Amino acid sequence: MTQAFRIENGGLINRDKKLSFKFNGKTYLGYEGDTLASALLANGVHLVGRSFKYHRPRGFFGAGVDEPYAVVQLFRNGETEPNIKATEQELFEGLEAKSVNCWPSVNFDIGAINNFLKIFLPAGFYYKTFMWPKSFWYRIYEPFIRKAAGLGVASTKHDKERYEHKYEYCDLLIAGSGPSGLAGAYAAAKNGAKVILAEDKPRFGGSLLTSDVNIGNQSGKDWAEGIITELKTMPNVVVKNRSQIFGYYDHNMLVMSEKVSDHLPSTKKYHPNKRLWYIRAKEVLISSGSIERPIVFGNNDTPGVMLSSAAKEYLKVYGVLVGRKPLVFTNNDSGYETAIEFKKHGLDPVVLDSRKNPESEIIDEAKNLGINIKNSYVVVAAQGYKKVKSADIASISEDKKQLGKIENILCDCICVSGFWTPTIHLASQSGNKTKFKEDIDAFVPGQSKQNEITLGAANGVFSLEETLKTSFTAGSELSKKITENDNKVAIPNVVEKKSSQHDKFWCVPLPKGKNYKRFLDFQNDVAVSDVEIALREGYRSIEHVKRYTTLGMATDQGKTSNLNGLQLVSEIENKVVPAVGHTTFRPPYTPISIGAIVGREVGKHSKPTRKSPMHSWHEKNNAVFVDAGVWLRPRYYKRGNENLFEGSKREAKNVRTNVGVCDVTTLGKIDIKGPDAAELLNRVYTNAWLKLPVGKARYGVMLREDGIVMDDGTTTRISENHYHMTTTTAQAANVLSHLEYYLQLVWPELNVNVVSTTEQWAGAAIAGPKSRDLLQKLFPNSDVSNEGLPFMGYMEGDLFGVKARIYRISFSGELAYEVNVESDYGNFMWEKIIEVGEEFNIQPYGTEALSTLRIEMGHVAGSELDGRTIPFDNALEGLVSKKKDFIGKRSLQRSAFTAEDRQRIVGVVPLDKQTSIPEGSHLVKDDKAPLPNPKLGHISASCWSVEYDNPFSLAILKDGKNMIGQKLFAMSPLKNKVIPVEIVSSHYVDPKGERVRS
Amino acid sequence: MLYINCPHCGMRSQNEFSYGGDASVKRPELNKEVSDQEWDNFVYNRKSLRGKHLELWQHISGCRQWIKVERDTATHEIFRTFKADEEVA
Ligand SMILES: [Zn+2]
Repeated sequence: MTQAFRIENGGLINRDKKLSFKFNGKTYLGYEGDTLASALLANGVHLVGRSFKYHRPRGFFGAGVDEPYAVVQLFRNGETEPNIKATEQELFEGLEAKSVNCWPSVNFDIGAINNFLKIFLPAGFYYKTFMWPKSFWYRIYEPFIRKAAGLGVASTKHDKERYEHKYEYCDLLIAGSGPSGLAGAYAAAKNGAKVILAEDKPRFGGSLLTSDVNIGNQSGKDWAEGIITELKTMPNVVVKNRSQIFGYYDHNMLVMSEKVSDHLPSTKKYHPNKRLWYIRAKEVLISSGSIERPIVFGNNDTPGVMLSSAAKEYLKVYGVLVGRKPLVFTNNDSGYETAIEFKKHGLDPVVLDSRKNPESEIIDEAKNLGINIKNSYVVVAAQGYKKVKSADIASISEDKKQLGKIENILCDCICVSGFWTPTIHLASQSGNKTKFKEDIDAFVPGQSKQNEITLGAANGVFSLEETLKTSFTAGSELSKKITENDNKVAIPNVVEKKSSQHDKFWCVPLPKGKNYKRFLDFQNDVAVSDVEIALREGYRSIEHVKRYTTLGMATDQGKTSNLNGLQLVSEIENKVVPAVGHTTFRPPYTPISIGAIVGREVGKHSKPTRKSPMHSWHEKNNAVFVDAGVWLRPRYYKRGNENLFEGSKREAKNVRTNVGVCDVTTLGKIDIKGPDAAELLNRVYTNAWLKLPVGKARYGVMLREDGIVMDDGTTTRISENHYHMTTTTAQAANVLSHLEYYLQLVWPELNVNVVSTTEQWAGAAIAGPKSRDLLQKLFPNSDVSNEGLPFMGYMEGDLFGVKARIYRISFSGELAYEVNVESDYGNFMWEKIIEVGEEFNIQPYGTEALSTLRIEMGHVAGSELDGRTIPFDNALEGLVSKKKDFIGKRSLQRSAFTAEDRQRIVGVVPLDKQTSIPEGSHLVKDDKAPLPNPKLGHISASCWSVEYDNPFSLAILKDGKNMIGQKLFAMSPLKNKVIPVEIVSSHYVDPKGERVRS
Repeated sequence: MLYINCPHCGMRSQNEFSYGGDASVKRPELNKEVSDQEWDNFVYNRKSLRGKHLELWQHISGCRQWIKVERDTATHEIFRTFKADEEVA
């Protein structure tokens, strides 16, 4: 198909490079430099979608970020993405897009029957209609709404694209590369400031690309090009196109989304799809320009009705005519600029100006060109269903209330200009309280809140001369503050046409007997009548009106609708607009893809993966890994077809009968040094620490100030003033912060230093009756006998030439040791242990066997120390000193903690000695009791006891102390299980703890 | 994201810090008799002020020092920062 609406010459597209693309299955041609929108318009395609609520035909309304209609589903390189604005999507070879929100097709949409049957869905329709009966919700209403609503389909596939995050710092960040942004950037850059200039479009220059002005004896466009070219060569300047600053956060942190690859058929190797920049700027210049606002009239949503500035942009940037018989409807001079462009390209536009007798240089030029201008005239309604075919027009009285006789004129597009709305989102997000500017009927930023300044059209200044003057000055002054340089640049001469005052007219009254829909919010289908209903029903706050009608709540966030909505509310309420106030501007300014926000932190990269130095050995020996916090730990070492249950049982059994070795590198380790180290330990642990001899380890429990157990572990006195603390894997970081808190803030007088050594030491736990024999062979020169290295003893040893620390501590309840070497020797140590241990039938064991061993011994771990239990609950009250004070001690006096029937750890065995009890099951007295069945306790950990060969669990049970021997039920509604159980001691195996001391 | 002036390291972004609550809370001295009310005030009761608030932060991904930050809880404005042992006048 030929590009029938493309003019012969002109535009900024690359006519040497033709691109083919598909829209709704049909193939078209466009040029490099087109957007999907401009390429479709070049081919005469105006119908791109259906509206959200009424499924009315939708075309193009804007040419950029403000576009409310042309939202498409994009297909690129085997992936699909919803909610893409055709006006922002650059064309690439092979692009495919589809209309959204229409079924079965954009030309014949079943939902549009709503429109013809006049079942208009008024404001609050959903709230009112779908409320009752309740049973209808899931079966009828929700499926209906789901089918009818939506702006595309999210892909269910994993996103193959890569997204990056970047942090950046600069002196001056500039949002928008129009005249104001360029001038500010240039002045600041010449003054030595570090500048970042961001432009959301592919081309720099903003309004200079389309306006008919002259700067320093060049066209605006050429001047912009020269500035950008020079900025790009400067080492202190970063210039970024396709980059939208979408959020202004605290302390001058702004976030920018850079579209790196969206304009290419596929992302280049090693490139991200998008890059999110977190920019901390010393100063921010907001030069985000303004967006033209519509005038509201009947059927103003018909395809072919669009902003006059968009029509001009399609013509001047893309060389595309949006129609051949244009009608321009304006209340200010901007419409004339568009008409003049049409005229220059041989068309005969008609201009309807709501003003009675406007006079200005621009209007004079239009008159001189012979353009047909009708003053005090308005468009009453657009006619045509899928495309504008004609317009009903009429004269209007001076008070704008009375329409004259309605005439019909033929036209194929209606270009509307209701004056300009400054883009104040960023300023408002910074905390700036905006103010209403009467002479432009719009809000502008007020007093700067953070280090931001808003200039040019974004500040309601529409004169180029003034914009350049203030922006050059601001660029110099802001940079001078930072760099202390004072290199001024000359402000160039400006030639622009003076314009006249706009008309404060924004909505055409309905003619008698007509009830045309007059839309305010084009994407969410909110019409004048909807806002009227909301106000009639008593909604007053603009925030409530917004939510009830959904005005401004679509993905375009009301860029073209908010102000007209406010005008309407203020008119009905008989208030001035500033008294109504605007709704809150929230980031993001435009929709940002979730992928960009998440960045690289997906899947395996959502958290770091930590591996012990022995990891590759585990891998080679069929370890099945499990996540333990951020660590990967062997869960069991699979032999043959063993499952987890069989494998872990074998490993645990081997520990009880022979010897096993477990990688305990992940345990938190903290090195504590200083003359007051013992005093610190004495204050953070519940038990006494002042008399621990050198070469001895001790088990300790630490509490939070509220009396809850925080962590447990052993600490060893290495030398006089040197201790080695271990923490659980999960709490390592918290315990270090906890110690630092007390040392730095509470007891700064203590002379102690703490530092994490978790990564410095590799650890192997050697456990089982044959562990001493093995140890002796590993350390032939050391006396590791029961006398030489007694329970809770410590010594240094020589492991085949490697210095090792040997602790006689046990987590499994067996005779056990823990050997530490410097991490680099971890694998060496491990291989030696396995090699030497062979004659003792050593087997490595994983976390599952480790759990089994500790559970049947009644040793508490993370599942009991769950942030809700005190020492008593864990049968650790014997470790709570009565004599000395420690962190959290005072809280243990709380009445709930000292109650007679306080919860306590117990053992639980199923009566049938067969059925494993799911962790988390509730313990109840009567399994038949009506719900909610009173819960007496819960199962914290379960295992298969290798000692007794039956299931065994630990539980935290109310009045556990007096419950031994009782029969209860363990109920797991989740697993649909009711298991009769008996309560036993938590120390199921070796209750006297003889083995560890043997 | 807040921009916090660590007295030891300089201006750093909030994601290097972890929050530590009200800095005006004083732990009762060890071995001192304290009433239930006093202890509850120390452990649980916080004013949760709107406005200027002296709070603790730890420069956890930096120097690991606990610092005091004077911040407006409504506007997030940071007025001053102090070292752990610095007196706040
Ligand atoms: Zn620091």
